[in-house]
Amino acid sequence: MTRRPGFLVYGLLAAFLAGSAFPLYWSFVIGSVTRQRTVQTPLPLVPGGHFLENAGKVFDRIDFWSALANSVIISGVSALSVVLFCTLAGYAFAKLRFRGSNALLVVVIITMAVPPQLALIPLLRQFSNLGLTGTHFAVALPWLVTAFGVFFMRQYLVDAIPDELLEAARVDGCSMIRTFWTVAVPAARPAMAILALFTFMQAWTDFMWPLVILQGSDVQTLQTALDQLKIASGQGYSDMALLQAGTILATVPLLLLFIATGRQLVSGIMQGAVKG
Amino acid sequence: MTDKVSATVGAAGHPAAPAVAPTPQPSENGRSASRVPLRRRLDRWDRKVSPYLYVLPFFLVFGLIGFFPMAYTGYLSFFSWPRFSAEHGESVGWANYIHVLQDPVFAKALVNTLGIFLLSSSTQIIVATVIAALLNTGLRGRTWWRMGVILPFVVAPAAAALIFGSLFADNAGLLNEMLNAVGLSGVDWHANRPASWLAIATMVNWRWTGYNTLILLAAMVAIPRALYEASVIDGAGPVRQFFSVTLPSIRPTMLFVIITSTIGGLQIFTEPRLFDTNLQHQGGADYQYLTLTMYIFNTANSSTDPYPRAAAASWILVLIIVAFALLNFLVTRAVHRRNQI
Repeated sequence: MTRRPGFLVYGLLAAFLAGSAFPLYWSFVIGSVTRQRTVQTPLPLVPGGHFLENAGKVFDRIDFWSALANSVIISGVSALSVVLFCTLAGYAFAKLRFRGSNALLVVVIITMAVPPQLALIPLLRQFSNLGLTGTHFAVALPWLVTAFGVFFMRQYLVDAIPDELLEAARVDGCSMIRTFWTVAVPAARPAMAILALFTFMQAWTDFMWPLVILQGSDVQTLQTALDQLKIASGQGYSDMALLQAGTILATVPLLLLFIATGRQLVSGIMQGAVKG
Repeated sequence: MTDKVSATVGAAGHPAAPAVAPTPQPSENGRSASRVPLRRRLDRWDRKVSPYLYVLPFFLVFGLIGFFPMAYTGYLSFFSWPRFSAEHGESVGWANYIHVLQDPVFAKALVNTLGIFLLSSSTQIIVATVIAALLNTGLRGRTWWRMGVILPFVVAPAAAALIFGSLFADNAGLLNEMLNAVGLSGVDWHANRPASWLAIATMVNWRWTGYNTLILLAAMVAIPRALYEASVIDGAGPVRQFFSVTLPSIRPTMLFVIITSTIGGLQIFTEPRLFDTNLQHQGGADYQYLTLTMYIFNTANSSTDPYPRAAAASWILVLIIVAFALLNFLVTRAVHRRNQI
């Protein structure tokens, strides 16, 4: 639009952002005061000096570092696997002609609407029969290749690779997989980065599946560890300072990732919207 | 760009080195007479089979964790399966479905889920549309504003639930303290049914409004400027522009946002589970914020026929989701038609 926005627009947006950021600030405030202080009125509005103390209590109650390591491993493996397999499949759907490709793509899209709860019970039984509950593999399995990823890469690659280029590779005698590595992968790189970031975040924040599959196991992710911390903090959130310190500790890694890659995240969401 | 890539292709696609194909390569000693036809045959085979190999991993994983378990869930829902028994028992027809549908707790969970879903989806979409319109006004430092909007998205639902659990605590919660400060009495955010829905809807909205804002913003950025210029000539102000140009232009994206938030909203689990301060996680003393997904989860851990009943409840949930998605689609299309006349 031609005219520059006025103070009202900036003011409203600033208020919205302040409201968005406030819960995180509040969590840090409560996580940095003593347990007694969290139930005294008026409630604290500025951080206190007890964060490390509360964090220490978090480390006593749950195995935070192992949960962090598990989350990093599971999300990292998921991101790598999704990027590899979804780029392959997306490339096939976007650029290769094969019998049944349209029907298969429709199947991929439909699976996006399937609620994961439907598969929960048989999967849980299957995994416990195979002795796989409580393993990293079990947590990562649903994230190894996703319908969203296939569709996202397909939409990107349709326009990103000129057909003449593939034709040229073929004339040069490239095998299919070599054409994929030398033509498709370089062209797909920006979308691959966004997909990796997205998958990492989704696998990281997932709660229900790890909760089910890791029940009663030593292996926990950061999210299920928070559930344990809640249980450890007692009936009725009785130690709110402990709980918020744990929440902040569990959130910091993704906040750092956000600071490093927020730009890509924004463009990824917006690109996915236009293309999808 | 094109030059660079084709240069890469030229170098890498040297005929002497077609090494990394997944297909068997002609062996060194088979190089003599049959070499060329074999090569060509392999090449044809490569071209035919490779696409299927590339899409295979998705269908394998989906089959393993999606399709077969789903079908098995459907099968299981027609049997009895006593707790701790190794295999399922006899067929019971529709009894599990009837049990679930007659269960007053299920009815409560259904109403709760719909209540939370309506409170969250409607607010989310209205606020996201307004914020997107504000972001689409040629701001200075627009990337920063956009990043700021999705900040809550990086906070995991589990963490968000605990943070809002503190804000909405019945005793010593910040919201109740603020209500007291202006002379109102505090709200029992957990015990009061609509209040608990509002609290849970708020944490969902906190996390998802920014995300939907960016999706709607992307649609708004794509609206041709000429439409706005024409509306200015017609004497439209910013508000009029919003209703007559922006909203109609983003309708397809709006439908997408509504449908995805419907699917997500009806499956809500993490927020109500962690909002529950009671360690039994039954969704409140009187099931006031038990959701359908929590009901499935709890049923699978219950005493009589846990798996078949949870399976039946899962399929009922899916049918509800499908019905809502269809309803959204039909309503949006009807509105679209009416506006075109």
